[in-house]
Amino acid sequence: MKDKLRALSMVIALVLIWIVFDRVTGGTFLQPRNISNLVRQMAVTGILASGMVLVLVLRHVDLSVGSLVAFLGTILAVVNAQWGLSPLSALMVTLLAGGLLGSIQGFLVSFPKIPAFIVTLGGMLIFRGAAMWTTSNTTVPLPTSWLSDLGTAYLSATQGLTAFSGVAIFLLLGFFLRARAYKSVNVPRPSNESFTTTITALVVCGIALLLFNNYNGIPVPVFIMLSIMAILTLVARRTVWGRQVYAMGGNPEAAYLSGVPVHSRSLLTFTLMGVLSAVAAVVLTARVGSASPDAGQLLELDAIASCVIGGTSLRGGRGTIFGALLGALVMESLNNGMSLANMEPFWQFVVKGGVLVVAVWMDLASQKQKEVFA
Amino acid sequence: MATLQMQDIIKDFPGVRALGGVSLRVSSGEVLALCGENGAGKSTLMKILSGVYPHGSFAGELTLDGKPLYFRGIPDSVRAGISIVHQELSIIPELSISENLFLGHETSVFGFVNAASEARRSVDLLNRVGLNVHPDSNAANLSVGEQQLLEIAKALSSNPKFLILDEPTSALSPKEVQKVLQVIEGIKKQGVGCVMISHKLEEVFEIADAIAVIRDGISISWNKIHETKTEQVIREMVGRELNDIYPEKHRLTVLSEPILEVRNLTTRVVKDVSFSVHRGEILGIAGLMGSGRSELLHSIFGTGPKIQSGEVRFEGRRFICKSPVESVRQGLALVTEDRKRLGLVLDQSIQENSTLTAMCLGQWVRAMGFIQPAAIRKRAEELFELLHIKAPSLDAITRNLSGGNQQKVVLSKWLMTLPKVLFLDEPTRGIDVGARGEFYQLIRDLADQGLGVVVVSSELPEVLGLSHRVLVLSEGRAMGEVETLTATPESVMRLAVKTKKDDWKETSA
Ligand SMILES: Nc1ncnc2c1ncn2[C@@H]1O[C@H](COP(=O)(O)OP(=O)(O)OP(=O)(O)O)[C@@H](O)[C@H]1O
Ligand SMILES: [Mg+2]
Repeated sequence: MKDKLRALSMVIALVLIWIVFDRVTGGTFLQPRNISNLVRQMAVTGILASGMVLVLVLRHVDLSVGSLVAFLGTILAVVNAQWGLSPLSALMVTLLAGGLLGSIQGFLVSFPKIPAFIVTLGGMLIFRGAAMWTTSNTTVPLPTSWLSDLGTAYLSATQGLTAFSGVAIFLLLGFFLRARAYKSVNVPRPSNESFTTTITALVVCGIALLLFNNYNGIPVPVFIMLSIMAILTLVARRTVWGRQVYAMGGNPEAAYLSGVPVHSRSLLTFTLMGVLSAVAAVVLTARVGSASPDAGQLLELDAIASCVIGGTSLRGGRGTIFGALLGALVMESLNNGMSLANMEPFWQFVVKGGVLVVAVWMDLASQKQKEVFA
Repeated sequence: MATLQMQDIIKDFPGVRALGGVSLRVSSGEVLALCGENGAGKSTLMKILSGVYPHGSFAGELTLDGKPLYFRGIPDSVRAGISIVHQELSIIPELSISENLFLGHETSVFGFVNAASEARRSVDLLNRVGLNVHPDSNAANLSVGEQQLLEIAKALSSNPKFLILDEPTSALSPKEVQKVLQVIEGIKKQGVGCVMISHKLEEVFEIADAIAVIRDGISISWNKIHETKTEQVIREMVGRELNDIYPEKHRLTVLSEPILEVRNLTTRVVKDVSFSVHRGEILGIAGLMGSGRSELLHSIFGTGPKIQSGEVRFEGRRFICKSPVESVRQGLALVTEDRKRLGLVLDQSIQENSTLTAMCLGQWVRAMGFIQPAAIRKRAEELFELLHIKAPSLDAITRNLSGGNQQKVVLSKWLMTLPKVLFLDEPTRGIDVGARGEFYQLIRDLADQGLGVVVVSSELPEVLGLSHRVLVLSEGRAMGEVETLTATPESVMRLAVKTKKDDWKETSA
């Protein structure tokens, strides 16, 4: 209930932001072309934010993702362009490297128990340095291939429609199967699984699809981001792993005493974050067309801000990937709108920072003040 | 019929020998009570039995029906059929009831939780402990008593052959205690062997089949329940004769003005409550769970619901509390109920905890905020001795102390501020009989030196034994005051349930 209210107020805030920017830019902001651009740019933040939610839920943080994206991007470009590996092998190498680097950080956080803040702060510096080293501090172009399409292409109308029908069938089937399962054991269904939510989600997706198809179609990065978010939502809500991650965030000691393998859970979460950084690196490099050692500056902060604006608690245990999606949309709307309105760069920083702090403040203020002993 | 046995268990922590050779045996369908003073090593022993301390981290042998058990971790003990309800509640408020129940051993297909089957089994488990809540509702909304029942249900969710209960009743009201005992009785009838730790000897004698006593990490005795008596158990626990734990009472001749006077206090929770405390007087506040006792104290102290009307007078002057700091500065102290959450900085030492509040008041602080280490040490040392805190030294980290000793540290922290009026909220929760007697004597001595004391407790004998007068609350209203020289538990109970007649029959039965 509280989550729904929060999501609703975020949607309202988002609509307000859009209206304001549309006015300020004399109608360019809400043009299909710009919206399509906006969501394409958002994909990288969104991919990172969906993994960051889980890291934050565990009461950790990952400050290294911005540098990691840069480093992995350079790996992709160097391996593909300079070593001449096929696009597929280059992609695999990048994903593997992401997983490996993520798991090293995860290991240091889970076993010797070095605070994640420190480990990933170190990672942030190391990966940035590594990116300079692999490229000898130059920009490496990515050759055109299906790999670069991952950043620039669109899904055709039929592809979009197929994907949409797939999702619809999956959701409805899942809904009815669960309903039947509950019925067969004779227990009332949880109240948060209402049919209306499922239908609303589908209707919203459908409208979005129509709008996109009116322009060029769904941008491929957006499709990648949405797939990742869908899968991670499923993982977070329906798997043993996801549930245990939330339990660990809620009360690590209790989770440990209940027999949750806490170390391997956090190790895997950081590994996942590494793989997602690799995906984000691929999308970013493909979109820009080249890898540069200073790509992805401050991306980690955008990702964290998206999660927090979307209702993830830094004290752990709470946070949804859907919220992070809305948060990323807010952040990217600000980025896009302000540069469209030709705002001075320094104002852009000030506004983004201010919005972050105010958003969290309002969120806290809206929760009822708890008495000490309650 | 299975038998679980622990043989000559020895367990050392850095600097402390927690267990120095304990043996224990429990069979299916039997309740074994494990008794001992705070810090005797009860929880440590049970943590060994449940795999929290894995094989190799202790000496001695665990066997099930003669076959040795080697636990590498908690899941191993669960697989062997041993479940534990830990001393500290470990419900995760962010999760639903059924998610809490199956945490650590979820029912799953290819890693996906089978929510429907968990819901089904949740309903069974909740029925088994008599908890009437929806499995998908939020665990955060449960009362402490319900949480305890949920913990038991959670322990039962892995179908254990042996169930360990570490002080399952210490935080509960008498009515909830009865409920829990009934549940344990039922579990025992189903053939599960139970080990129960408790400092409440009445309930031990009510439910246990046998009773084992340990002292300072060593087995002292093992007796069938009808072959021993309360006095004998206490003697074995504390190692000396102990008669009446409540200090002798004398009629208080009140000459002075009351030091604290509350007139017609109304908040969101309490309605129109008036009472007064004099120097040297101990006022008890009794009532059922949820009658607003803790809230009343917190409102006066400045950490509870806002005062809507009525007034508080402290030392004859009108007292408007703006913040806890102000209250402390004026001479109020509040020993809170939940020591882990509200009472201690768990990762700091005993000394740091016990001097925290007094230091905020500026004691031992020189100009420019520098601290006088020697003076602090001395004072901390004094209270450490006075309260008989069982720990290697003042520098021990409070997280590692046994529950009862943590409670003493909280108390020392407040005594350090030299309060004029001391509020105690469930002060002896989890404290053993011996220490309890010393604690009562201490409070009485402090009162005799002129301290005013207000004590909230769910245990009627304690309120009656310790205080001079008892104020009874029911549903936030004052139902009356009784003089404890003449009062009986029944007369207090009658007031406590005045608005709910049927309730009373149930409780006093
Ligand atoms: N992790 C630890 N590190 C160091 N010392 C410990 C640790 N855990 C327990 N101890 C010490 O071991 C002794 C036994 O503690 P334990 O918690 O088993 O007592 P207990 O019998 O359960 O007491 P209580 O009735 O107060 O709960 C205590 O002296 C305690 O300080
Ligand atoms: Mg204990």
